[in-house]
Amino acid sequence: MPESLNRAIRWDTVVGALLIVLLLFSFTSVDGFGNALNLSFLIGNTLPVALVALPMTLLVVSGEIDLSVASTAGLSGAVMGALWNQGLTIEAIIPICLLLGVVCGLVNGLLVTRLGLPSLAVTIGTLAAYRGIAQIVLGSDAVTDFPTQYLDFAAGRIGDSFLPQAFLPFVVLLAIAFVVLHATPFGRSLFAIGASEEAARFAGIRVKRQKLILFTVTGLMASLTGVFWALHYASARYDNATGLELSVIASVLLGGIDFDGGKGTLGGAIAGVFLLGAAQNVMSLQDVSAQSQIVVTGVLLVVSVLGPRVARQISVARAGRRSAASTSTA
Amino acid sequence: MTHPSDPGPAPVLALKDVAKSFGAVRALRGVSLELFPGEVHALAGENGAGKSTLIKTLAGVHRPDTGRVLLDGEPVVFHGPGDARDAGIAVIYQEPTLFPDLSIAENIFMGRQPRRALGRIDHKATHAATAALMSRLGVDLDPDRPARGLSIADQQIVEIAKALSFDARVLIMDEPTAALTGSEVARLFGVVRTLREQGAAVLFISHRLEEIFEICQRVTTLRDGAWIASEPLAGMTEDDLVRRMVGRDLDELYPKQDVTPGEVALSVRRLTREGVFTDVSFDVRRGEIVGLAGLVGAGRTEVARAVFGIDRWDAGDVTVDGKALVNGAPSTAMSAGLALVPEDRRAQGLVMDMSIERNIGLTGLRTTVKAGLMDRGAERSRSLDWAVKLQVKYARIADTVNTLSGGNQQKVVLAKWLATAPKVLIVDEPTRGIDVGTKAEVHRLLSELAADGVAVLMISSDLPEILGMADRVLVMHEGRLTAEIPRSDATEETVMAAATGRAAA
Repeated sequence: MPESLNRAIRWDTVVGALLIVLLLFSFTSVDGFGNALNLSFLIGNTLPVALVALPMTLLVVSGEIDLSVASTAGLSGAVMGALWNQGLTIEAIIPICLLLGVVCGLVNGLLVTRLGLPSLAVTIGTLAAYRGIAQIVLGSDAVTDFPTQYLDFAAGRIGDSFLPQAFLPFVVLLAIAFVVLHATPFGRSLFAIGASEEAARFAGIRVKRQKLILFTVTGLMASLTGVFWALHYASARYDNATGLELSVIASVLLGGIDFDGGKGTLGGAIAGVFLLGAAQNVMSLQDVSAQSQIVVTGVLLVVSVLGPRVARQISVARAGRRSAASTSTA
Repeated sequence: MTHPSDPGPAPVLALKDVAKSFGAVRALRGVSLELFPGEVHALAGENGAGKSTLIKTLAGVHRPDTGRVLLDGEPVVFHGPGDARDAGIAVIYQEPTLFPDLSIAENIFMGRQPRRALGRIDHKATHAATAALMSRLGVDLDPDRPARGLSIADQQIVEIAKALSFDARVLIMDEPTAALTGSEVARLFGVVRTLREQGAAVLFISHRLEEIFEICQRVTTLRDGAWIASEPLAGMTEDDLVRRMVGRDLDELYPKQDVTPGEVALSVRRLTREGVFTDVSFDVRRGEIVGLAGLVGAGRTEVARAVFGIDRWDAGDVTVDGKALVNGAPSTAMSAGLALVPEDRRAQGLVMDMSIERNIGLTGLRTTVKAGLMDRGAERSRSLDWAVKLQVKYARIADTVNTLSGGNQQKVVLAKWLATAPKVLIVDEPTRGIDVGTKAEVHRLLSELAADGVAVLMISSDLPEILGMADRVLVMHEGRLTAEIPRSDATEETVMAAATGRAAA
């Protein structure tokens, strides 16, 4: 009985429950949390993390990681600003930025799959490189005069509700990512690759191709996020989205995606994203400084890697104690 | 509580009426075992009979639910492997884990090296103590030699020496010979005999029955977690032992049907991978079982990997049913009708953390699909179907494969590939580490597949298996095909002559 109970309590369910508890607590006891404006801030500020978390979840499930996402987003914003200054139309600029994101992701993917380099090392390198290029492209300028209808879309709410307008497209992307990861052969192959790349290869799964696709899509989503970021905050700067990768990876791991690959659910990852986002929002309302919030994010990252392992060890220890008890009674 | 009063030598370690369950699975029930000093005691049983659980109970990993562990006649409770080790019980595993960059002596005394003043390691004393252990075992291994490059047999001897350095009186050897060649087995057995003469008790596990009869004096047989018998081996035959293990007479270990070969299904022409194998050409016809023999390292597995597309080849062609395969592309080999049951089922054949259902499902990612999405119903019925056909023993199809015994894991690998309805099946060491009952089942299955028109290429280091199952035997030596021997002419002598490079007359 207790064994089946242990199995039923999965980490992603725990995170979902924590999110609900935090929301209930915040609605009742945190001043200013429950009003529509604050909630729209919460969701709007969390959307960049959530957007990048979608492909990052798939990437981590397959046993890889991309630390360069924030730099890709920053580069995309910087190019957007620079081209806007050149007088291009926004309708021409956005596809160029997205294409640039594809190239950034492709470079990561090729370095990992063709040269066999570890993605942690490759993307630390491109994290620095892409941010450097962003600074070269835009210098220390801040471009703010994008067309109003775009700015309104990125910062506006749906009517009087607390939902940002950009939330709907996100929900569509979330649904797509969910189906891809949990209901397609591609998603199934990612779990196999993450759990045992060699066994996946021996089962005829095209491991390198799948990974290349993932890195490319991650680059695309990161640049999309960069475009959204620049419009949402009405500011394209080379240092946009700095540190975003920390929030994304912390959230995804907090949501129960195993850092070693092969385990986790997208639902858990997204619950992790909004748990972290809500926690940061509550801390801001309580006047916790931004620096302290980063410390909290870092601590959560460590906890989220440790949490599932500790939970596993506790259940093993409990099983051990049970058998010890039955030995002594025998 | 206990008053040891029997006149003979007392057992150094014993189990009395031990039971152990994991959830609903009763791994051991009412098992007793006595190990006497100076005996080599065999533990026999099929995969899943409870041998591993018994070993882990003796080694302090598991605690029995009921029953007792007796050390020198006194009940003991081991709270972990450390307790068992301190009590003089050591387990030697199939594949030792030594630090490759440390010397033999450093490996043996890791973490407890003799010290000199100021805590410096006393290398001289470490060396001398290791040399003394080696001479006690009657082997000639240089204590200063690094562990890297030692054969598996020598690594096991280092593990044994380490156990002795802990004053082990009971050695449990879990399939120590599975990865050893004939001469290495002889060397290991020399050491085991020396230990026995010095009064150690050895519990020996092997699937090779002839080894049990060669080295052991008594045998305890388990079946489905229950104790069957403990008895002297003198006077027993291999058939007697198999009957105890399987619970019935084994019809035939090599049930090869006679089949008239059809047209060529797999054709390999002048295949070369530089530095690995050279100019390898052969055909496998429908209905044929072709054995690929040779010593470990002759390049057999490497040829299979290249044919299936895991590794690229540098020159040559592979065709299946006349269609050329793409170099280095397992997915196209699969669609052409090729299947490979790889050598290492834990690392290559299975995703150990995945369920039985999904492991079998992995080869169906392109077929159990509806409108681009996984058809879970079709996937489940495909997996269930094959798991049942191959008589995989499992509790639930959603259980991960690492809960299965080795033989059942191998059946899952076979199920995974048979579900693709292959035209050509390559099996690499299909029965390694598998008990005799399952082995016979696998052989019957291969024979039936061939009779149904599948072309089978069987790589095996088990000569009786090659001779018993193959219609033709190909032999490789140092990366080249050195002989093709028809079933009628294949004997241990002709195959070994070609495998070792001695000119076959």
